[in-house]
Amino acid sequence: MPTVSMTVNGKAVSADVESRTLLVHYIRDHIGLTGTHVGCDTSQCGACVVHVNGKSVKSCSTLAVQAEGADVTTIEGLASGEELHPMQAAFKENHGLQCGFCTPGMVMSAVDLANNMKNLDEATIREQLDGNICRCTGYHNIVKSIKDGAERMGG
Amino acid sequence: MYGFDYHRPGSVADAASALGGADDGKYLAGGQTLLATMKQRLASPSDLVDLGGIADLKGITVSGGSVSIGATTTHAEVAASADVQGAIPALAAMAGDIGDRQVRNAGTIGGSLANNDPAADYPAAILALGATITTNKRQIAADDFIVGMFETALEEDEIITSVSFPAPTSAAYMKFKQPASRFALVGVFVAKTAGGVRVAVTGATSVAHRGPKLEAALNENFSASAVDGVQIPVDHMNVDIHAGAEYRANLVKVMAKRAVEACG
Ligand SMILES: Cc1cc2nc3c(=O)[nH]c(=O)nc-3n(C[C@H](O)[C@H](O)[C@H](O)COP(=O)(O)OP(=O)(O)OC[C@H]3O[C@@H](n4cnc5c(N)ncnc54)[C@H](O)[C@@H]3O)c2cc1C
Ligand code: FES
Ligand code: FES
Repeated sequence: MPTVSMTVNGKAVSADVESRTLLVHYIRDHIGLTGTHVGCDTSQCGACVVHVNGKSVKSCSTLAVQAEGADVTTIEGLASGEELHPMQAAFKENHGLQCGFCTPGMVMSAVDLANNMKNLDEATIREQLDGNICRCTGYHNIVKSIKDGAERMGG
Repeated sequence: MYGFDYHRPGSVADAASALGGADDGKYLAGGQTLLATMKQRLASPSDLVDLGGIADLKGITVSGGSVSIGATTTHAEVAASADVQGAIPALAAMAGDIGDRQVRNAGTIGGSLANNDPAADYPAAILALGATITTNKRQIAADDFIVGMFETALEEDEIITSVSFPAPTSAAYMKFKQPASRFALVGVFVAKTAGGVRVAVTGATSVAHRGPKLEAALNENFSASAVDGVQIPVDHMNVDIHAGAEYRANLVKVMAKRAVEACG
């Protein structure tokens, strides 16, 4: 079994896994970070979104071995101690979640969006969010949260 | 997904020999199609040869009026490239409208073309723009590369290394999305080139193809109204729960008109 090493949330990690192990299972089952969710396993829902070398990807559609040596950020890596990341705070204050299942992926996609596009308007947010599905909120407050979060992040 | 041996070569030559040495190996690029196929056990390669570690396959260069894109360049990189936006804005816009943000961050031009999905966008782009596919063995003109449904001129172990697009005078791609998958229900790419108007259609039939009747009409009169007189045959249109044959045939005309208008 290959030994797969990477940096997750700033910490060097390593595990012996099968080649077919998906990145999401590496993160959840081998590293023990269960904030990243599996909703569909077919790259439709976006619950599994993490950042690999600063870019948002679906960790259910990436092999752990493909991320060898990479710098990975999961939802657990956003807050600094007790202080929420501005995007997490915006989701909390704008009621951007109900059951919370989609939320880790939504927030990770939103941070990637805010990092890469400035002056986000509602139409752009809705369009750029089409890889993330939410079964609860009807999206309205998610879009509001992302707009607010992006502004707090300086966009 | 069944198990497999994983290889991450650093050069094209090593990739080809890794595949040659495998029982039933496959190349892996972004994995956005291949991993899903393996999860469904529609494919069970003995070996995966990851092209992601080969520096020579990445990047975009412009020279002598054409844009060359390395095979493992992602859709997001093509969309964001100032070079592509400058030389062929329609191509950058097309890449920026593939799938969703996360698919664009992983999926590659080489993977998309090797896969040749009947509803994919890049096959239409290479046909309309008259691109040339470079592999580790030869150069293949777009018209010869696209062979049939999920079928290309590539041999088993052949690796796409780059794709070169001559810049057109103007071009536009219009896609009517299947809203759940974001693939094209019908997409039409129109390009005005030095050699005349080229039109390519994707999503409508079993494989992306040129539209000779649309090209003839537009070569005579490059206007949306010229499209009105063209008969789009209904017989070979795809029929599924999303759209019937007549609807798809009509969409070909509607998308073609919008693309012509956008060309200016
Ligand atoms: C949710 C979702 C939405 C999508 N929407 C769209 C869309 O709107 N439009 C669209 O066009 N596509 C869409 N796609 C497909 C996407 O564009 C994929 O990126 C593409 O089909 C495959 O590229 P890849 O790099 O992931 O290749 P992989 O999945 O890694 O490989 C695909 C095939 O190509 C072969 N291959 C890869 N690279 C090479 C190479 N350099 N030389 C030879 N063979 C090679 C592999 O062996 C494999 O058989 C979507 C995918 C998903 C998951
Ligand atoms: S679990 Fe990855 S996209 Fe749904
Ligand atoms: S909050 Fe329940 S799925 Fe989005």
